Amino acid sequence: MSADSSSGGTVAYIQHHLTNLCVGECDPVTNVATGFWALHLDTIFFSVLLGSLMVFASWRLGRNLQADTPSGFQNVVETVVDFVSQQVKDTFPGHNPLIAPLALTIFVWVWLMNFMDLIPVDLLPVIAGWFGIGYLKVVPTTDLSTTMAMSLTVFALILFYNIKIKGLSGYLKMFLFHPFGKFFVPVNIVMTAIEELAKPLSLGLRLFGNLFAGELVFLLIALIGGTMAVGFAAAFWLPLQVLLDLGWLIFHLLVITLQAFIFMVLTIVYLAMAHTGEEH
Amino acid sequence: MNITATLLAQIVAFVLLIWFVNKFLWGPMSAMLEDRQKRIADGLAAGEKGKKELELAEKRATDSLKDAKSQAAEILALAEKRGTEIVEEAKDKAREEGDRIVAAANAEIEQEINRAKEEIRGKVAEISVAAAAKIIGREVDAKAHDKLIKDLATQI
Repeated sequence: MSADSSSGGTVAYIQHHLTNLCVGECDPVTNVATGFWALHLDTIFFSVLLGSLMVFASWRLGRNLQADTPSGFQNVVETVVDFVSQQVKDTFPGHNPLIAPLALTIFVWVWLMNFMDLIPVDLLPVIAGWFGIGYLKVVPTTDLSTTMAMSLTVFALILFYNIKIKGLSGYLKMFLFHPFGKFFVPVNIVMTAIEELAKPLSLGLRLFGNLFAGELVFLLIALIGGTMAVGFAAAFWLPLQVLLDLGWLIFHLLVITLQAFIFMVLTIVYLAMAHTGEEH
Repeated sequence: MNITATLLAQIVAFVLLIWFVNKFLWGPMSAMLEDRQKRIADGLAAGEKGKKELELAEKRATDSLKDAKSQAAEILALAEKRGTEIVEEAKDKAREEGDRIVAAANAEIEQEINRAKEEIRGKVAEISVAAAAKIIGREVDAKAHDKLIKDLATQI
C-alpha cells in the first residue's frame, strides 16, 4: 500500500493496480499494451486457474456421482445445475444440448472470476511483488479482453444458430424487413444491425464496467487507510475503512452474482431469439 | 484497458472450458438427475401399484374367506342331512327286518298250528275209528270208511 500521501502517489497507486502484467506489444515504462499483439498474463493466468479449478472439481465430482445419497459438494453443485437448467427451461424454446452447459459454464466461471474482486486488493499484488512481478490485476473480468472474449463467442453462436435455423436468406431478410416492414428497408437495416451488434457489446461492456467500477471502489476504500491515516487520525480512518470495506464487500457479493446471472440469462435469451423464427 | 491478443487466448479458454464442463459435469450430472427422477417416479408408481394390489389381495382374501365359510356351512348342512338320511334308512331297514322276522315267525307259528291240527285231526280220526270199532265191536275197515274218516277229520 502506498503510504505516500501526495495526490501523485494516490494516482500512481490506483493506476498501478489497474495495469495488467503485459508481454508483447507493451509500453516499457507504464506496462500498458500499445497494440493488439500483447498478452495480459495475469488475466490469462487467473482465468485459466479458475477454469482449471472448475474442470478439476467437475471431473472429481462427475466420476463418482451419488444418485441416492448425494453429499456436501454434490448438493451444492446440484443446486447450481438445477438453477441453471431451470433458467434454460424457462427461457429457451425447444431443445439444444449446448445451451445448458454453456449457461452453466458462463455462470460459474464469471462468478469465480468476479469473486477474485473480493480478495483484498493488495494481497495478491504484494505477494507477486516478492517474486519480482511488478504488475498484477487479479480480477480477469476487469479486463475487457476477457468479457469481450466471452461475449464474442456468444455472438458467434448467435450468428451460427441464426443462420442454421433461419437459413442465410432468412437471417438477411430479418435485416431487411425487421422491425418496420418492407417500406422502411434502409431504416430496418440500420436498426437491426445496431440491435445485433449491441448484443455482444452490451454483454461484454456491462460485465467489464460493473467489475471495473467495483474494483475501483475497493481501491478507493483501501486508500482511506493508506493515505489519510497519519498519526492519531488513524484511530478514526482505519475503522472507517474496515467498515466501508465490509459494506462494499457484502454489496459486491450481490453484484458479482447478479452480473454472472445477467450474463448467463442474456446469453440464453439471445440464443433463444436466434432459435425462434422471424414471426414473433 | 484496450483489447489485446488476450482476447484470443480467452476465447480458446472459454470454448475449452465449455467443452470440459459439458463432458465432466453437465453430461454425467444431467444423466444422473434424469435417472434419479425416473427412479423416483418409478418408485412412486410401484408404491401406488403395490397399494392397489394389496387392496385387491385383501378383497380377494375376504371373498375367499366368505366363500370358504359358506361352503363349509353347505357341507355341514349336507352332512347333517345325509346323517339323518342314514339314520332314517337304518330305522326303515330295522323296521322292515323286524316286520319280516315277525311275519316269518307268524308264518311258522301258523304252519306249526296247521301241522298240529293235521296231526290232531289224524289222531282224532284214528281214535274215532278205534272208538267206533270198540263200540261196534269189530274192526272197522279203515279203507272202506276212508271217506267217512276224512270227512270226520275235516269237521274237527
